[in-house]
Amino acid sequence: MADQYEVAIVGSGPSGLSAGARAAEKGMKHILLETTDHASDTIYKFQKKKFVMATPDIMPLRSDVSFEVGVREDILETWDKEIEEQSINISYKSEVTAITGEKGNFTLTLKGGRTINANHVVLSIGMQGNIRKLDVDGDDWEGVQYQLDDPEEYEDEQIVVVGAGDAAIENAVALAAQNKVAIVNRKGEFARVKSGNLTLITESIESGLLECYFNANTARVSPGEIVLKVPEGETAVPCNRIIARLGAMAPRGFVESCGIKFTSDDRSALPELSEKYESSVPGLYVVGALAGYPLIKLAMNQGYEVVETISGNDIAPADEPLLEEKFASLEGRAVNEVLQTIQENVPLLSHMSALQFREFMIDSTIHRVKADDVIFLRNDYTNSVYSIVEGSVSALINPDDPSERVTLKKGSFFGEMGLIAGRRRTATIMANGDSILVETPRRAMLRLINSVPGAKKVLDTAAIYRQIQTHLAPNIEKELLKDIVDTAQVESLSAGDALIKQGDDADHVFLIRSGSFTVSSLIGGRDVVLSYIPSGNYIGEMALLNEAPRSATVKATVASEVIRIDAAAFRELLANEPTLRREIEDKFQDRMVENMETEERPEAGDVIDFLVGQGVGEASDVLLIDESLCVRCDNCEKACAETHGGISRLNREAGPTYETLHVPTSCRHCEHPHCMSDCPADAIHRAPDGEVFIDDTCIGCGNCAGNCPYGVIQLAYPAKEKPGLLSWLLFGSGPGPGQDKNPGEKVAGARSMAAKCDMCKDIEGGASCVSACPTGAAIRVKPEEFLSITNLAKAG
Amino acid sequence: MHDGFLTYGKMKFLKLAVVLCVVTIVAYIFYEPIDEHNGGTWLGYTLGTIGALLIFWLTWLGIRKRRYGANFSLSAWVSAHVYLGLSLIVIATLHTGFQFGWNVHTLAYALMMIVIISGGFGIYAYSRYPKIMSENRRGSSLNDILAQIGDIDRECRQIAAPLPDNVSALVVQSCEQTQLGGSITRILSGKDNRCGATAAFEQLRPLVSEVDQQYSQATRKLLILIGKKCGLLTTVRRDIQLKALMDIWLRVHIPMTVALLIALLIHIFSVFYYW
Repeated sequence: MADQYEVAIVGSGPSGLSAGARAAEKGMKHILLETTDHASDTIYKFQKKKFVMATPDIMPLRSDVSFEVGVREDILETWDKEIEEQSINISYKSEVTAITGEKGNFTLTLKGGRTINANHVVLSIGMQGNIRKLDVDGDDWEGVQYQLDDPEEYEDEQIVVVGAGDAAIENAVALAAQNKVAIVNRKGEFARVKSGNLTLITESIESGLLECYFNANTARVSPGEIVLKVPEGETAVPCNRIIARLGAMAPRGFVESCGIKFTSDDRSALPELSEKYESSVPGLYVVGALAGYPLIKLAMNQGYEVVETISGNDIAPADEPLLEEKFASLEGRAVNEVLQTIQENVPLLSHMSALQFREFMIDSTIHRVKADDVIFLRNDYTNSVYSIVEGSVSALINPDDPSERVTLKKGSFFGEMGLIAGRRRTATIMANGDSILVETPRRAMLRLINSVPGAKKVLDTAAIYRQIQTHLAPNIEKELLKDIVDTAQVESLSAGDALIKQGDDADHVFLIRSGSFTVSSLIGGRDVVLSYIPSGNYIGEMALLNEAPRSATVKATVASEVIRIDAAAFRELLANEPTLRREIEDKFQDRMVENMETEERPEAGDVIDFLVGQGVGEASDVLLIDESLCVRCDNCEKACAETHGGISRLNREAGPTYETLHVPTSCRHCEHPHCMSDCPADAIHRAPDGEVFIDDTCIGCGNCAGNCPYGVIQLAYPAKEKPGLLSWLLFGSGPGPGQDKNPGEKVAGARSMAAKCDMCKDIEGGASCVSACPTGAAIRVKPEEFLSITNLAKAG
Repeated sequence: MHDGFLTYGKMKFLKLAVVLCVVTIVAYIFYEPIDEHNGGTWLGYTLGTIGALLIFWLTWLGIRKRRYGANFSLSAWVSAHVYLGLSLIVIATLHTGFQFGWNVHTLAYALMMIVIISGGFGIYAYSRYPKIMSENRRGSSLNDILAQIGDIDRECRQIAAPLPDNVSALVVQSCEQTQLGGSITRILSGKDNRCGATAAFEQLRPLVSEVDQQYSQATRKLLILIGKKCGLLTTVRRDIQLKALMDIWLRVHIPMTVALLIALLIHIFSVFYYW
């Protein structure tokens, strides 16, 4: 008769280990089954010295096993020690081949025939135990491997990487530094990879760093050679090594054989689970990566919770104390009650599921404000969104007249324009009386918009109305704008797309919601740029007012969004609102004058064209060097290095030049920073004055560097401390001030971190590159200031 | 938008320097010393003090420019340095009362003039060469051009491999006997009379028609490539020359400033010691 356990845990990864530890701690009769001869095989197989993250940072760890950020080796060592200390009953080399039976009487059959009986089963087998193999003749050759510990171990080899996912790309590019590498892609393009990796691989192939076989399948392998099936036939590629990174998949066959149902037939579908992680087979629980939670900390919490559930303890989710603390200012209201009130009061947030909303609230902050408290000021560069749970606020929409206010009531939200346009706040917001607000950071808000269609719709509709009101008709009653808002549509354009073509009929006015545009006209057979128009402006009103065809072409400089406003509705509004008509007429005349100036000075338009071509259109602040003043002393780089831990974040010489205007390789603090789009540590932020910076939580993954189209982010090791000025001056100890501005030396034990310009936000004197320029050649400017023809004309 | 160091702040330091000079000259003209104009008069001491303080302050720029991240604009300091430095010509000359001799006092004056004249060349270099440098590079960076030269060399070697020895020897000469930089005179001339690539180009020209018919096309291609390389080399040499011209005056300016400081201290010390 086999042993009867209260709980059998299959798989000793983070979740299984945590479950085992909980069972041991509670004195439950348990067994933890592990296929290999060591615990946590997935982490065991991580690249050597890999830095393991403990995200989400804010979530507390609820486990008897400890875990914190650190290198792979330390984590595994701690766990091994704790398995011993906590008397976790772990059985190595015990591969489970079948699970049968029902709650109270499960039978687990192990490889070799041994069986185990248990009342409950926790399946925590993860995905990595089921790596996709090459599965062709000869794939047992010792040169075939499915993981890469350390790319620097290999040198001067011919290596073929099979696969087109993120891991394959990262491995191939890393190996290509000192090997001849070919990558094999089953398809004609690299789809479904991170955008940074897409850029990385495309550039690497174009530059010849590595070779790529598209639409190629592995036919067979023999020692020293891989044969590929390509559209033209078969081709043999000699190699010393094959690295196949084909991903892992849920071991669906095995899981289904246990009786567990999946949510769909899709390859990436997850098992059907209750809130307590119980599968369609009562008494059989699924946790960890297989349940769809690949983060280590979350998986460990689940292991703990599932054992508590099995022992009949209905415990609150691990984030409960976090939410309690967040809601502390609301004096004694229960977490669930607060959550419910917020969702009931704020339509924008009502579309989320309970689980989603808890996560959303953990990222958000609750503010209790009193009358006349300032929430944010006009021109702040913050980008969080606020929702009004109780009370109301006033928006001070006219900077010259604080009495001009718009009231926002309970249930509405504000601050979304900064989020959409990536620009400064357009109004100051003050509380009207005692109010409760929820402040949500950019990232959580974007996640909401991207994952909950209902929320996106609510946000878009309100945003259109507000943008029209703010930028087009600030003093017009809401009712009068109804026709315009009802017919308005949001339209997205890619860089270079034409919004308006010269000569077309005019039937719309456009309000630029995000991004920026250039206006150009055919003059003497050549397309001459007349002006640059950033977001927050309208465009296309000239032809409407003149009732003439379009006089110029308008093109997006970067990915942009406009609100398309119907001409008839717009004309009607103007007819009813003489003041508005006058304002628009005034602006129209200013633009005419500006256009005429450019036509006389086409070279100023060429400068705009050049700068826009360099992506300056999406910048919020850009470093420009006048080469006729620049004496190439590199003091800008030296100052940058000296004020930023010895590493210069700017490369003066690199970057394009137009006549004597040079755009060095240095951060432009984009309106929608590309670097922020995929930062796993959420270490990139925007300061209130607009500086995009990376904080100390950077893990050095390099995603930001890959995502930045301007190549201004580098991964660098911290530089050594320098001797003082006097000891350099008098005794010649080095490196001296300004020397050795890009050491790039690997310091033992140090991790490389992403380094980029932070516009010297913490330095009293402002941007050091500019203040350290001896000849006044370097300036930092906002594009909307610089890209005005009048200023360019003045600059000569 | 850009405000160069010469025009900084609507030339306020130029105005200040002019005022300083005018006041000094007027004072010099109207002041009648008991004996004759020299450093020992009331005016002489005043001008000497102003001049010495100015020199110490001007020297301070070397420290100042290395105080990175401090709240000041270096181009403002440079602007003041330039104009107030030039005003020393008037102040210090009038301080001497035109009394010169073979002594440490005149040595200090002479060193100061050398520093000022070298600085004057610096102003000229800084206002003239940056633009020429940009025009010379035509939008490429130095690294781009050097990479292009490397590519040309590689391509030439590939093309030359099957060609007759006398042709491939010229390619080797072009690749291996081309130098950039070198002695100071060579750098400042911006030319290299013994440039391997130029010589190879000249010798290759007649060979195009002399080599066997089957090689003539490849040889012509080599000629074009090496010709292009020569053009790029000219650009690089000109670039190095211009950068050197912008830097070389500092090699006089800085050491002479140190010498001036020493001479000035001796001058001050001896004046008071032998009072």
